[in-house]
Amino acid sequence: MSSNSQKKGFGATIWDYMTTVDHKKIAILYLISGGFFFLVGGVEAMMIRIQLMKAGNDFLSAGTYNEVLTMHGTTMIFLAAMPILLAFMNAVSPLQIGARDVAFPFLNSLGFWLFFFGGVFLNLSWFLGGAPDAGWTNYASLALASEGHGIDFYSLGLTISGFGTLIAGINFLVTIINMRAPGMTYMRMPLFTWTTFVASALILLAFPPLTVGIFFMVFDRLFGANFFDVTMGGNTIIWEHFFWIFGHPEVYILILPAFGIFSEIFAIFSRKRLFGYTALVFATILIGFYGFMVWAHHMFTVGLGPTANAVFALATMIIAVPTGIKIFNWLLTIWGGNISFTVPMIYAVAFIPSFVAGGVTGVMQAIAPLDYQLHDSYFIVAHFHYVIVGGVVLAILAGTHLYWPKMFGTMLSEKLGKWTFWFFFIGFHLTFFIQHFLGLMGMPRRVYTFGADQGWDLFNAISSAGALLMAIGVIILLVNVVMTVVKGERVGNDPWGDGRTLEWAIPSPPPFYNFAQTPLVRGLDPYWIEKMEGNKEGMVYAEPLGDIHMPNGSFIPFVISLGMFIAAFGAMYHMDGHVWALPVLIGGLAITFGSMLVRSLKDDLGFHISKEELIADNERIQREARALEGGKKGGLK
Amino acid sequence: MAHDTHDIHRSRAEFEFIKRKRATEMRGQLTSFAMMIFLTLIAFTVVAADFSNYLIVPIILLLAAIQVVLQLYNFMHMSNKGHGMMAFFMFSGIFVAFTIVLTMVTIVWW
Ligand code: HEM
Ligand SMILES: [Cu+2]
Repeated sequence: MSSNSQKKGFGATIWDYMTTVDHKKIAILYLISGGFFFLVGGVEAMMIRIQLMKAGNDFLSAGTYNEVLTMHGTTMIFLAAMPILLAFMNAVSPLQIGARDVAFPFLNSLGFWLFFFGGVFLNLSWFLGGAPDAGWTNYASLALASEGHGIDFYSLGLTISGFGTLIAGINFLVTIINMRAPGMTYMRMPLFTWTTFVASALILLAFPPLTVGIFFMVFDRLFGANFFDVTMGGNTIIWEHFFWIFGHPEVYILILPAFGIFSEIFAIFSRKRLFGYTALVFATILIGFYGFMVWAHHMFTVGLGPTANAVFALATMIIAVPTGIKIFNWLLTIWGGNISFTVPMIYAVAFIPSFVAGGVTGVMQAIAPLDYQLHDSYFIVAHFHYVIVGGVVLAILAGTHLYWPKMFGTMLSEKLGKWTFWFFFIGFHLTFFIQHFLGLMGMPRRVYTFGADQGWDLFNAISSAGALLMAIGVIILLVNVVMTVVKGERVGNDPWGDGRTLEWAIPSPPPFYNFAQTPLVRGLDPYWIEKMEGNKEGMVYAEPLGDIHMPNGSFIPFVISLGMFIAAFGAMYHMDGHVWALPVLIGGLAITFGSMLVRSLKDDLGFHISKEELIADNERIQREARALEGGKKGGLK
Repeated sequence: MAHDTHDIHRSRAEFEFIKRKRATEMRGQLTSFAMMIFLTLIAFTVVAADFSNYLIVPIILLLAAIQVVLQLYNFMHMSNKGHGMMAFFMFSGIFVAFTIVLTMVTIVWW
């Protein structure tokens, strides 16, 4: 099977990606679309900062500002951060546990396309009468009063992409429970796989409440139900509960994989086993649990009463404990290590103080009486950007550099990477540090402008300048990506030289079947163990070479998702009394359920790669590796 | 020697062990069956006895919870080996759902 070494036409490549069920290609799809939405959200952020650059600015009208602000938050959380993390989970965690694919490759593809169509649907609101404007939290009293279809785009778009995320989460749970290679016990799993596991469990438990809440919202807006309408006996606070029962675990869904990426980086580039591996694992699980018991800290000022506030305040403060445990473990991993400051490592080191600052403001906000001062001010904006940008986004940038060679077989430039880092890092602190003080000076969040007599001019100007630096950093990253792709210099299995886990023991990018023979895992950091024992192959095997069963690609996931996308338009315009809306709704659902039926009735047994083909492919891999070695000796370094 | 017939040879001790295990399992199933009938009888009795609704509803909910656990462990094989992860996820889910309902009941609807 030399299919992956042949050059394909452009159309054939597109078709290949539209029908793929290979976790490595799905990872690339997630990375590209998540990256695209990251740029969209970034442009929205720049528009916000331009508007707030000076007092009384009129770059955006009040209404447009609300739309831009809402779409910035929604896009960044649901369509950028989560999908990019899912890209890394897909690319890396099956390799880390020695699996040939995820448990349900078809569902993996379905999860991606649902996310994709949900995201496209949400963003089409810009062109179809206006985007949602009730904030990413979409509080019911605002949402029900919002005119036009913005909020409907929000609820239907998030329903569709939420299904996708839920499917992805379940898939990773089943994969990690069932598909670990022989010897890969739970307590030998790399930390990125562990965090993928716990984050997936959080997805499983947190997305249903969101779906229920959005379901009520859709019924209230489109079909005249009154779940949240106080004048009709509903209760608007219930939306807040549903949203935050989802919303707080959601922030941990984002940060845990980020912790996982940094844990890998600290170990690799300190050339040391992770300090306190067991403690890190249990801290991850504990954070996952506590994450469900603290949601009301977003609602201290709602008037839940002193008892409820006290309970949730205490529960919230407790989360800081396992988080602190992790921080100390990372520090002690670096301590005495043989450190190399590559780009991923620089991000990881910068992450620690940035994230700790966000954690400290978090604990401040957890003090309910103090939160009466801080709530809905720029202090909150500063807090969550410190944890999300200082934690999640830094991890995404670090992960992009770290895993780029594994995903694409080429290496991003370290030099440009450092430029990106410095612009982004300085810009980030410049933008958000000062917002703590804006908050303490009384500037409320989500305001479209402020007066010249309020004394907030200078700090806002500084904050906007910082945003410009971050934008420059991202542009340099784009240049880096383009240059790397154009150059196309191939790298070997373990381009960082210090890989510890199984993904670094196989070619970059791996062959489509990942492992010709399933590896046998003999301890934590299996590749490192083999390297230390002088095993040139980097692996010992758990089985003899034999035929491999692989799933066929399928176009059905795309069609199922397309049907939902079409149906969503029907549901939305049905409210306006268009006659064509109902047929569109029914037609869309018919496409979805029809393609599900086809999938159920038609047997698709996959195909086998024969032993001979594997041997031939292995020879190709060896040849390429030798060519790479030769090239290195001849010219570079 | 026939290659395609599988004769399972068990030692006497093994045989005895399996037999005893099956007997225990059977006894467990019969006991929980009896208990379930008994629980159902209690449920009917509290309703027939016309207790206050504030008593009846919690009692029946409690009985239902006991039933579910009995079912899962004695009839749906949760007590067998290899169900640890499943149990962990189920109880986590139940726990999360319980805290949510408890909070809603105490601070929203009370
Ligand atoms: C030490 C851990 C943390 C504590 C104690 C904490 C505490 C809090 C509290 C009390 C609030 C509500 C403040 C208010 O609205 O008045 C809040 C808001 C927020 N936190 Fe955290 N937090 C922590 C970590 C995180 C992490 C790790 C993330 C994300 C990765 C995060 C993301 C957010 C977001 C997005 C909001 C604002 C949501 C909104 O109103 O739009 N937090 N945090
Ligand atoms: Cu929270």
